[in-house]
Amino acid sequence: MNIVLIFLITIFSISLFFYGKSKTKTISIKDNIKLNALPKFYGYYLVLWCSIPALVFLLVWSLFEPVIIKSIIIETAANQGATFNDKNEANLIYEKIKAIHLGTYFGDIDSILKESALAYAKFINLFTNSKVVLIFGIIIASVIYSLKKIKNNNKARDDVEVILKGLLFVSSLIAILTTLGIIFSLLFESIKFFSVINIFDYLFGTNWSPQRAFVRDASSITAAEFEELKDAFGFIPLIAGTSFIAFIAMLVAVPIGLFSGIYMAEYASIKVRRISKPIIEILAGIPTVVYGFFAALTVGPFFRQVGENLGLTVSSESALAAGLIMGIMIIPYVSSLSDDVINSVPQSLRDGSYAVGATKSETIKQVVIPAALPGIIGSVLLAVSRAIGETMIVVMAAGLAANLTINPLESTTTITTQIVMILVGDQEFDSPKTQSAFALGLTLFIATLILNYIAQRAVKKYREKYD
Amino acid sequence: MTKEERLKKRNRAEKRFRFYGLTSILVALLFVVILVQNIFSKGSSAFKKTVITTEVFFDQELLEIQNGASQDEIIEADFYDIMIENLIKAYPAKDREEEDQLLKLFSGDAEIEIKKVFLKDNNLIGKTITLDLTASDDIDQLHKGNYPRDLPEERRRISDFQLVIYDYFVENKKISKNFNNYFFNNGDSRDPELAGIGGALVGSFYSILICLLLAFPVAVLASIYLEEFAPKNKITDFIEININNLAAVPSIVYGLLALQILLATIQLPRSTPLVAGITLALMTLPRIIIPCRASLKAVPPSIREGALAVGASKFQSVFHHVVPLALPGTLSGTIIGLAQALGETAPLILIGMVAFVVDIPSSPVDPSSSLPVQVYLWSESAERGFVEKTSATIMMLLSFLIVMNFIAVYLRQKFEKRWN
Repeated sequence: MNIVLIFLITIFSISLFFYGKSKTKTISIKDNIKLNALPKFYGYYLVLWCSIPALVFLLVWSLFEPVIIKSIIIETAANQGATFNDKNEANLIYEKIKAIHLGTYFGDIDSILKESALAYAKFINLFTNSKVVLIFGIIIASVIYSLKKIKNNNKARDDVEVILKGLLFVSSLIAILTTLGIIFSLLFESIKFFSVINIFDYLFGTNWSPQRAFVRDASSITAAEFEELKDAFGFIPLIAGTSFIAFIAMLVAVPIGLFSGIYMAEYASIKVRRISKPIIEILAGIPTVVYGFFAALTVGPFFRQVGENLGLTVSSESALAAGLIMGIMIIPYVSSLSDDVINSVPQSLRDGSYAVGATKSETIKQVVIPAALPGIIGSVLLAVSRAIGETMIVVMAAGLAANLTINPLESTTTITTQIVMILVGDQEFDSPKTQSAFALGLTLFIATLILNYIAQRAVKKYREKYD
Repeated sequence: MTKEERLKKRNRAEKRFRFYGLTSILVALLFVVILVQNIFSKGSSAFKKTVITTEVFFDQELLEIQNGASQDEIIEADFYDIMIENLIKAYPAKDREEEDQLLKLFSGDAEIEIKKVFLKDNNLIGKTITLDLTASDDIDQLHKGNYPRDLPEERRRISDFQLVIYDYFVENKKISKNFNNYFFNNGDSRDPELAGIGGALVGSFYSILICLLLAFPVAVLASIYLEEFAPKNKITDFIEININNLAAVPSIVYGLLALQILLATIQLPRSTPLVAGITLALMTLPRIIIPCRASLKAVPPSIREGALAVGASKFQSVFHHVVPLALPGTLSGTIIGLAQALGETAPLILIGMVAFVVDIPSSPVDPSSSLPVQVYLWSESAERGFVEKTSATIMMLLSFLIVMNFIAVYLRQKFEKRWN
């Protein structure tokens, strides 16, 4: 249906373009007036007025139609005596009704379902008809309005540009809408989560075991269960595990990345630089799932083997393997940024140092790096935020159980791993377990936001200093 | 310490420092080599599959269909007996137990493979032909040398008797390696020898296509607005800060956004390339806007002023002159953004693309997998055959990324104008 409508709107728009173009030409010849714009702009004007309002309406309608129909149908089913305890059962009944309507349901059909399916058919019909009528109404209204405008010889080029500029502005607003979407979707579920679990229990609890949160309905839990729940969502082991793996990653990435950056900025010939820089940046372009696979199937077992030979017990999902591979992934983030930062240190500082007899490395260590320090710290912070938000490596190579440990040979878990583990497969909506994933997401979002903000400020301040 | 000694020491320190720098670069390069070598050595064997050459006799009595039967009749017909009768002739087995072990050396699709040959030429009744039937995963891995023979029998997936049959096949040249068409044509499967990336390829293609269709126009329009039209005010600043922050938001957060808004609120179908495409588009948008704006900014003001001077409107100067000149940079930024989106896994897992999908999706609203998600799924499987399949999928994924990046670099170098 929607495709037919879009097709019709397109046809109307194209024919209106030619109509508008020829119409204004004839008007100008017949009445012998000078047009305020080239005839084609009148065509464009009509096209924009014909298509944009109708398409926007169609989009908004299509977004809300299923939701509205669903709530109406569930309500009618309830009025007819269907019983359901929570949202999940209501959804199930709705799916059944839909399947009956489409003729793809083969279970038992009782009278309630049958009535509801008829009601569903009726509403679908009603909604489709009113959609078509409204869209044609909108097209007719906007075409009449715009035709009247062009008959009055409006400044079509300017008007078209105003509309297009509006379109450009709306496109740039999508970034804001995305941010708002992220914040609302995270907050919405997190607020529900924190209405069951005290925020302090979450922030300072030392035990994370969401699988214990089997209770579905938050309103009907007993005091004992509540105590249990309170104890199941402690954030401390997760943040500890996340920081620990990120720390190992930084132990790998910072020295290697920084030294590579220094070498490329200060020592390497143009030729070496031109070859090695893109090759190192390949490391940032490899999908993280590939690193995860490598860490889980090659590095993890390799470390365990080495550990066995040395008489150590190494978990095959050790924090060391995940951290090491993550560190390698992050090398180019540190090296490229610090390369840029070091390059923008003014040559005069170096020349001054050489003039008093310092060697190249002394100049780098005592002049260039201190001068570039804010920028380097910024690039390291960006790398840290990359490390704590990284998902696939830790999902595949780090553990699932939340251990509080500082032994790199044991397994630990991270925030992102837990989000994936909770949300993968079928979830019960409205259970504290599912909601906890959103709370974790919110925490992660805020943490990376703060890190990025500080990092960007540091880099920007530093740039301004030498510009 | 004399002056000379001090100088020597300082020069040694200089050399050491330089050596550290060089070593770091070499370590990073070495890792690229190790990773690629590791994946290639594991994955390249997956492009071939082991086949067992078998003689198949189409016995009319077992088939219960006439010569020249219609296609529908053949599709309905049962080829199970034909398969069993012919496969047990592959090796002189003594009893039922041995016959069972022999049958396990063939893939689960042997019946379908025989049927397919018959469908192509249905005058085969009463004739004998030689067919290459796909071997089971265990024998496939054994033949490729990925499976150690010298383990004790209880730790092997292949019994001693099956090894005897295998040696008999090798001796009589009945076993060979063919091009693995299943790997490219099939969807996912529980049997490694039948599993393929066909479904994942189509799913990834649809997702990236939707991502391109949504993200590219919006990103270009948004960057044109911000770079050319936006007044310098608080709103513009806010949008800018927003875009920079969005580019650094962890990808998994976009998965949560999609789960809450696209799946729970708007109720788009789960596990589909449609939802994946929209999610990836939201994620890629800021990453495309940033290079787009850079390439618009690189167009010198004289171009705009020249157009304005001959009477073009602001719009005409931008769309007729600035945008075409910025297009190579814009396109290469878009391709790099899409390459990142192609390798993105975490948000797709959250929107349910980890579902086990056997069918190849025929439209963007069919449940499907995608290449990186397929890598994740198979890497969780215990069978040895999947390790090879996973590595081969990674090889495909990496080659797509390399091609995309080369196109991006080529576009930039070939078409981008240098202004100074």
